[in-house]
Amino acid sequence: MYKIILSFRYLLKRRISYLAFLAVALCVFIVVVVMTVMTGLVKDFKEKNHSFVGDCVVGTDSLVGFAYYEDFMKILEQSDFVEGVSAVIKSYALVSPRGTEQNVGLEIMGIEPVRHSQVTGFGGTLYYRKGDASRAFKPLYDPNLPGCVVGIDRVLARDAKGEYSYEASPMEIALSVSCFPLTAKGALAKAGTSIVNTMTFYYSDSSRSGLARVDSSLIYLPFEYAQLLCGMNGAEKRASVICIKFKPNVRLEDGCKKVASLWRIFVREKSSERRAELLENVTVQSWKDYRRAFIAAMEKEQAMIIVMFAFVGITTVFIIFVVFYMIISHKSKDIGILKSVGVSNVNLIELFSGFAFLVGLSGSVVGVLGGWLFLLKMNQIEDWLFEHFQFQLWDRTIYAIGDIPNAVDLKVLGCIIVSAVAACLIGAVIPSWQAARLNPAETLQVSQL
Amino acid sequence: MSRDEFILQAEGIYKSYRMGSAEVKVLKGVELAVKKGEFVAIVGASGSGKSTLLHILGALDKPDKGIVRFEGRDLGRYGNGELNKFRNKMVGFVFQFYHLLDELNVLENVFLPAMAGKSVVGWLGCRRRAKKRASQLLGEFGLAERANHKPYELSGGERQRVAIGRALMNEPKILLADEPTGNLDSATGNGILKVFEELNRAGQTIVMVSHDERIAQKAGRIITLTDGKIV
Repeated sequence: MYKIILSFRYLLKRRISYLAFLAVALCVFIVVVVMTVMTGLVKDFKEKNHSFVGDCVVGTDSLVGFAYYEDFMKILEQSDFVEGVSAVIKSYALVSPRGTEQNVGLEIMGIEPVRHSQVTGFGGTLYYRKGDASRAFKPLYDPNLPGCVVGIDRVLARDAKGEYSYEASPMEIALSVSCFPLTAKGALAKAGTSIVNTMTFYYSDSSRSGLARVDSSLIYLPFEYAQLLCGMNGAEKRASVICIKFKPNVRLEDGCKKVASLWRIFVREKSSERRAELLENVTVQSWKDYRRAFIAAMEKEQAMIIVMFAFVGITTVFIIFVVFYMIISHKSKDIGILKSVGVSNVNLIELFSGFAFLVGLSGSVVGVLGGWLFLLKMNQIEDWLFEHFQFQLWDRTIYAIGDIPNAVDLKVLGCIIVSAVAACLIGAVIPSWQAARLNPAETLQVSQL
Repeated sequence: MSRDEFILQAEGIYKSYRMGSAEVKVLKGVELAVKKGEFVAIVGASGSGKSTLLHILGALDKPDKGIVRFEGRDLGRYGNGELNKFRNKMVGFVFQFYHLLDELNVLENVFLPAMAGKSVVGWLGCRRRAKKRASQLLGEFGLAERANHKPYELSGGERQRVAIGRALMNEPKILLADEPTGNLDSATGNGILKVFEELNRAGQTIVMVSHDERIAQKAGRIITLTDGKIV
């Protein structure tokens, strides 16, 4: 019982204990804030990538695409684990506003908007036709014209708060889109002077996926037109990828395995067909693997942050070690007194470990609460700083980040508290052990006082 | 006299310390025997090894050579647990500088040995009895109204009486006092010695260390320690 009483009293009555407490609270505060923001950014980025492609992607990087995609889509639609499928044409094009000499190379995606919205978050990224993807390619000013959906950053600039100033209705812009149509063997489909296919599309809506690269370099076109532009509408129609959405109760890994299995069977069945060689280049990937190149960079940054905070943890252990070493140096008389009344070495270690536990627990709880409070108000603080000092954590005119992520993950908080308490216990191990080994006769000598 | 009549015996106690590269021999074959109910004063000049001998008798320190027997049993053969129990139950220490814990109040300081000897559950079972005993001791020493004060709020004499209360908390068989009046004025010191005399009259065995022969006169027997030996 004296261990509990003395642990609390050492914490409450010793100024040096406040230093240890503050060291823990500050470290925990920093870790909570940075980890929450970093984890939030990574999670948000992953969710946006997931929303962009659906759960699973069957496709090829080749600009030629692959044949018989419709047959495989039928197989997928008949299976019990797939909710929706959407074929996509992916290629590159030169895009120029009609009547100008300017042009820019952009990525094009040919989609069937309704199907694609059932599989991905496409419908939700639209502005004028939000939630009504069926009319995504029908310009408000003339629904009979072939429309195109343009990445928002190609149309509008972000303001300082990361918002776009949309017009009441889409501007009447005609875009000339030129592609090199390719044969199934990858050769240019046309020869002579007119080797490109060019079509004019009318700006019907903009898409805001939240992915900077997508919003700045992508243009959505109606599937059939894109197929035509890319030369994929031959006898064996071709597509670049099939995006798949699984039913809600299907685990991602299980769904992908099933798709891969179906695909292997499909490839075997089609092996004797024309253009079957194109199927060999097709891979089945989960959205995580398909977007790995983009996600990995963020995950790497997150891993680096975790490593950096491991060093912060080591620093905390060292601070606790120093503080405890000082505390125990000051408490050598108490150690002698306690031993003189029969307290064992183990009990002394327990006493100082209990003290370390209290410092760790109280410091981390205060650090977590402080961090939580700061996170709750962080966006308001940033707004205030921007209004008064033009300071922003990220320049919203450059980075596609809205509010700073501040959703606290209780599991992460739990891990941080446990780590902080463990750090304190580790920091207190050697001083506690040394305390237990002190010779009581020496600590109680007059010359030691 | 048979060995059983002695509560505490020291046979051929040697102890030395290192001071830098030099070895200082403090005790050079001390022989001592204390009978049950005796009040023994050990006197000697400063640095003669009185406190070292007292610490060895109370198992706070170990001799380099020699045997300390408590009720006939060699303390050197005690395990760590038994030594802790011995210090908790069998002996009570009173130090020159009181050595009270500043974080505990007077009452808590007195019942500290009772707490130290129990687990949390064991303490919950006996805490009322222990607190009652501690309050009773404080009452006997005229400190009943100081129970909730902190040690640093008391005078030297009051602190020493609290320390005596703590030493007596577990009703030890022997009380070891190291210069108990050394830090007090003579009137207050006399008050402390009176407490010791009363305790001894009630049957308490006391071994007291002092450099002052006048104070030692209060004891029933005086042992002089000179140059590390009893003379």
